[in-house]
Amino acid sequence: MNGNKSKETLLSCLKNINFMVGFLMLLSVLLVAVFADQIAPYGFTDQGVGPRFTPPNGEFLFGTDELGRDVLSRVIHGTRLTLWVAVLGASLQLVIGVTVGLICGYFGKWVDKFFSFLTDLTWCIPSTILALAVVTIMGKGLTNSVIAIAMVCWASYARPVRAKTMSIKTMAFVETGAAFGESSVALMFRYILPNVVPALIVMVSTTLPATILSTTTLSFLGLGSQAPSPDWGLALSNGINYIGSAPWLSIFPGIALVYTVLGFSLLGEGVRDILDPHMKSQ
Amino acid sequence: MKEELLKLEHLSIDYKVKGGYLSAVHDVNLSVNKGEIFAVVGESGCGKSTVAHSIMALLPGGNEHIEGKILFNGQDLRTLSKKDMEKIRGRHIGMIFQNPLDSLNPVYKTGSQVQEGILLDGIGKAEAWQKVIELYKDVKMPDAEERAHSFPHEMSGGMRQRVMIAMMLARNPALLIADEPTTALDVTIEAQILEIIKDLKKTYNTAIMLITHNFGLVAEVADRIAVMYAGEVIEYGDVFEIFHNAKHPYTRLLMKALPRKTQKEGRLQTIDGSVPRILDKKPGCRFANRCPYAMERCSLETPEETFAAETHMYRCFLAGQAGREA
Repeated sequence: MNGNKSKETLLSCLKNINFMVGFLMLLSVLLVAVFADQIAPYGFTDQGVGPRFTPPNGEFLFGTDELGRDVLSRVIHGTRLTLWVAVLGASLQLVIGVTVGLICGYFGKWVDKFFSFLTDLTWCIPSTILALAVVTIMGKGLTNSVIAIAMVCWASYARPVRAKTMSIKTMAFVETGAAFGESSVALMFRYILPNVVPALIVMVSTTLPATILSTTTLSFLGLGSQAPSPDWGLALSNGINYIGSAPWLSIFPGIALVYTVLGFSLLGEGVRDILDPHMKSQ
Repeated sequence: MKEELLKLEHLSIDYKVKGGYLSAVHDVNLSVNKGEIFAVVGESGCGKSTVAHSIMALLPGGNEHIEGKILFNGQDLRTLSKKDMEKIRGRHIGMIFQNPLDSLNPVYKTGSQVQEGILLDGIGKAEAWQKVIELYKDVKMPDAEERAHSFPHEMSGGMRQRVMIAMMLARNPALLIADEPTTALDVTIEAQILEIIKDLKKTYNTAIMLITHNFGLVAEVADRIAVMYAGEVIEYGDVFEIFHNAKHPYTRLLMKALPRKTQKEGRLQTIDGSVPRILDKKPGCRFANRCPYAMERCSLETPEETFAAETHMYRCFLAGQAGREA
């Protein structure tokens, strides 16, 4: 019975074009990130490996930058940072958002009012501006900017988790658990949370691209990664200075960014189709 | 011999609603003895479930007002802290709910859910699983070992109710509250579940508070019966006292509404009207507006608890004379 079900799930994954394309795109990104040292022809900080501002050619596929560094090598090493941002950002947002959502939905009353107020507050201030403020206080840096984004964006998890918790809380099996002598913590994490997870998977896959883009924005504005990091956002902001004479400095990191974000988006779309039968029928 | 396990003293519960308080339970005095089956009977909306949930302190919370005492082994449960109440639930008082279809957590195997409770008592995992299988056999689950690995959605309603019973017996509580355990099941399964409940009372010596609207079922299993109407206990007594010598007109009408083999008429007798929502407490019998024997006095004075025998209480002015000839 169980074997059948997982086989069925696998089959519906294989049949879903969005999922498969997204999956393959991300797989390629992941492989590049893992084997970055082997693939990249040069180190990402190696200067003067070629003449400065060499346009893309046979030797330097993506060209070289103002310090004579190989752009291809830098883009390849940048994948690691981007995936790290995605994983760290999503986990932080998940932990904060799910905890707040569970607590709000489970306890209700003033606890709910207080945290819902906080949630509303983070919603009504433009997130980039709020993240800018947070990062200014905490100091520049990639990890700090991911933390800042998480502190601003957890609300997008807290809201739906709260709603789902409220509806699951009224189901009879939670009352059964209570009648069984389970504590509130056990009820929240063993009874309610596992039933929220399916919805969470969809949420994670759809918010990941947004997290990557927001972090890139901060790096672009100079508050995230600092030179000589191969971060794509940083490369874009650097490339802007030479956009007229050496467009390849910004074009290739830009393509890499679009490729990765698109991969995550397609995968997210696919996961949603597979897990949510309502959306599928539309 | 008869030891009081649970005693409700002047228990009243009001729900705050728009425009005042809704009296869900009013001045209930009851006691359940160790090892007996005590049935609470009444129509829908007469406060049976509210009483049950208040004993477990599982009322929704926020808008109810409770008065009176809930004594369990002489200790007032209402004075306990939340933490202490958690220790009472499951360990000392278990509860089976009305709808077995969503009473189990859909993401875990049923066996693990039963095991979970046993683990709360500090028993090792392997031993606990062994106990789960034994419990499944006790509740007459077919293929006990295999079924312990089933998820709730792979089971029928009857099986799920068996799991519920196994789950609540796992910690061997002194009192088991069964809130309409068979309402959602069909008649054959109902009979089986009742047999199990009866057997378990014998093997585990658990006191059972059986809440139901089914008078026929009560006759089968109960030792003592309380009849509730609009939040009040209008009559209680031994099963024989109630079935052969009911004093309250409502109890009698309920029994007349039972299908019987000997009845010639094609249709069952019914009681007109429905249970009233009591918004303001004023003197008078709550059944007066539907009672065929109501007198002027009934809507002016509240009938006090009257005892026909030491164990047989009723609240009616007519002292069982009404409808005697019928």
